[in-house]
Amino acid sequence: MDAARLMPWLAERFGPDRLLTEPGQLAPYESDALTAFAVTPRAVVLVQSADEVIDTVRICRDTAVPFVARGSGTSLSGGSVPVEGGIVIALNRLNRVLKLDPDQRIAVVEPGVTNNAVTDAAQPFGLFYAPDPSSQQICTIGGNVAFNSGGAHCLKYGMTSNHVLAIKAVLADGDIVEMGSDSLESVGPDAVGLFVGHEGLFGIALEITLRLVPRPEAYHTVLIGYRSTAEAGDAVAKIIATGLLPGALEIMDRLALDAAEASVNADFPPGAQAVLIVELEGAHEQVAVERQQLTQIIDQTNPTQVNVAADAAQRLAIWKGRKCAFSAVGQLSPDYIVQDGVVPRSRLGEALQRIEELADAHQLRCANVFHAGDGNLHPLILYDGRQSGAMHRAEQLAAEILTMCIEMNGSVTGEHGIGVEKREFLPRMFSEHDMTVMRRLHHAMDPAGVANTGKMLLPEPAEQSAAAMQSA
Amino acid sequence: MPAHPTTIDEVSQCVLDHPHVLPRGANTKPALSRTNADVTPLDLTAVRGVSAYDPGEFTITALAGTTLQEIAQTLNEHGQWLPFDPPLADAGATIGGTVAAGLSGPGRLRFGGVRDFLVGVRFIDGQGKLVRGGGTVVKNAAGFDLPKLMIGSLGRLGILVELSFKVFPKPESFTTLRVDAPDLDAAIDLICRLTSEPWDLHALDLEPPATLYLRLAGEPASLPQRIARLSDTIDHPAAALTDVDGPTWWDDANAFTWAPADTALVKVPLTPKRIAALDAHLESAGATRRYAAAGNVAWIAWPSAAPLDGLDQHLSADQLSGLVIRGDAQRIRLGVDPARPFMQRVKTALDPTHRFPDFS
Ligand SMILES: Cc1cc2nc3c(=O)[nH]c(=O)nc-3n(C[C@H](O)[C@H](O)[C@H](O)COP(=O)(O)OP(=O)(O)OC[C@H]3O[C@@H](n4cnc5c(N)ncnc54)[C@H](O)[C@@H]3O)c2cc1C
Repeated sequence: MDAARLMPWLAERFGPDRLLTEPGQLAPYESDALTAFAVTPRAVVLVQSADEVIDTVRICRDTAVPFVARGSGTSLSGGSVPVEGGIVIALNRLNRVLKLDPDQRIAVVEPGVTNNAVTDAAQPFGLFYAPDPSSQQICTIGGNVAFNSGGAHCLKYGMTSNHVLAIKAVLADGDIVEMGSDSLESVGPDAVGLFVGHEGLFGIALEITLRLVPRPEAYHTVLIGYRSTAEAGDAVAKIIATGLLPGALEIMDRLALDAAEASVNADFPPGAQAVLIVELEGAHEQVAVERQQLTQIIDQTNPTQVNVAADAAQRLAIWKGRKCAFSAVGQLSPDYIVQDGVVPRSRLGEALQRIEELADAHQLRCANVFHAGDGNLHPLILYDGRQSGAMHRAEQLAAEILTMCIEMNGSVTGEHGIGVEKREFLPRMFSEHDMTVMRRLHHAMDPAGVANTGKMLLPEPAEQSAAAMQSA
Repeated sequence: MPAHPTTIDEVSQCVLDHPHVLPRGANTKPALSRTNADVTPLDLTAVRGVSAYDPGEFTITALAGTTLQEIAQTLNEHGQWLPFDPPLADAGATIGGTVAAGLSGPGRLRFGGVRDFLVGVRFIDGQGKLVRGGGTVVKNAAGFDLPKLMIGSLGRLGILVELSFKVFPKPESFTTLRVDAPDLDAAIDLICRLTSEPWDLHALDLEPPATLYLRLAGEPASLPQRIARLSDTIDHPAAALTDVDGPTWWDDANAFTWAPADTALVKVPLTPKRIAALDAHLESAGATRRYAAAGNVAWIAWPSAAPLDGLDQHLSADQLSGLVIRGDAQRIRLGVDPARPFMQRVKTALDPTHRFPDFS
């Protein structure tokens, strides 16, 4: 590392307003939404143009100082935590929608544009950007691309990757690369597909071409109360088995409902131990028929209550109650871990049962709110960090839940990524050679190991253990 | 002499036994599996069979040499299908070849292409070692997205041996509307308008000069009204095809039966607004062509008498890329290839000893 050369270069290039080095200025950048990990960066630069990003990457390469690209820092896996001794390249000011072509349904954006800003720009044309992470008000497209982020509506339309058409990026060694085009189709290997989900290890996306979709003509959104999470899970299996293809299928358990109620005044069925949210969408006539089918299925699942959204406002209220769940859990507990794992969707009931048993064994409370249609679980493990050993027990529980996901042939992450948090788990899902191939791909893009190094892939000789990063 | 492995282990052994290899399936896309004398073809058609299918889970895993027909039959028993409408099924195309070629059919318009449904891969890399990416669950963000990388990899990054897909319920019925626009510009305008509106079109193909075929899918009771409402918004002559003619038209489209025998078949991704310029070139060159997936891909039957260099130059001038699927070409890529520098890095990482041919 040759930071002695780097700092004066940054000072000259960015000036005191856009080069942050004071402890008070750096504090907000020490962690992301997974607060258990914190590292104070050497400096933060607030970039305002793609050229500034490129030049900063190149000086980092030349001086061997690691960098971490940062959008809004909402990563839940430690993805945007700084690297020891490295700098943070903050991209929020690169927030322009560069082009919007409603006829061909394409938006070209800078990486710091927020997810919601894309939909806002598309709205006047009856279009929207489909992937909808609960953090969509603040998270950036750059972050979404790095993590292949999902959301409640990915069941039908897929994740971020399914909506990115082209990317221009600076690789970690300073080369500028382009991939993809404006077209939905492509020839040759799917370079865009490989880049999405790279977790910041390949370099920095500078320009992203997104696909927009027409807003559905009709929605039918229902919130159904059940006496147990297992009953809600069984209802999901029944709905899927009939051949309906809902836009979203989400479950919240009692604890998650308590949190949401405390936070946004949501109107959930009293006494229900779990709710299932089902949303049908599409052409009026199609939705009208599917709606009848859905009603028939729900009648057979012994619900405690069925609330149908009568208008757009009620629909939004249901979604607000769902999407606030992560942050609302803060109302129930001083500390919590948001987990993210995937199991085969036909084994959801079994997985939930197991999570409950594991939580009981650790004497911890665990709220569940998840993308049931995809089998993507989000157990929220509540603990009080002031109690000695509590955090350790919470981490232990999280690890046991992930182990269960692996044993069920699922995945340790559906959408939040590996980051720092799950590096030890990746080699348990993949063979040694699979890991070698991933390392080689990483090395091909970042020979000097400066881009978000140490994330996703454990440092090769275990120079830096997770414990060492855990200075918080 | 082609090698004929029958198991994954044998594929691996074949890679180690030969200095240069290129996999092939049923040879329905012969331009992609043509080999020079120093390259041994690996015939994967015996590495076949559905490895796992769980209808309740809506996922299927099959060995690479499994035919699309076999997969379609297996899924159909449970009212399911691969929504990306893979082409050349009737000709015997395999699932491995479909993924390696990166091909989707007209129905890709509604829910996405092959890249949107592949969730897991196993392949043999240049060192003869088995690599796995993704998994068998429908959502998975663990590790680099190798399944996506292998879409369109043309057997040049590794030999696909097993693939896992998420599948969807198959729509109960379909209706096709034929629209005769007055000219190409009007047809393109209509494509842009219809795809910006929530009609949930299942497929939308353009047959030059100006005939559009629109397909809706869904619940039978609701289709007539959806078609009627859609037709009402269209100013040009429109007529629904019969229940026989409709499916036949799409089957023919997906089998490329419209492409004259004596031509090279080329895939060119594009957007609706770039059709007009390309189409003028193609018309003067005497090439038969269709524009599928709402103007997102041109399928070009380029006359064998004319060298492909001519098409290559047009594509480069228009900043378009092409892939030769069938025909005598000595090359498979035409036009521009902006992702080449990125992909060259990937190629070096996965196949450092050049066991597989280059992309050109
Ligand atoms: C309350 C809450 C709810 C959430 N809900 C969801 C959800 O429903 N679904 C979901 O998938 N996630 C969810 N998340 C997680 C998070 O919002 C996503 O991972 C999001 O994509 C991160 O975006 P960001 O802008 O905050 O990125 P950051 O956290 O700043 O960065 C994330 C990663 O991306 C890299 N990165 C950022 N920009 C670039 C770039 N331009 N080029 C290359 N790499 C870059 C960073 O280095 C880092 O590794 C939630 C988070 C919170 C706090």
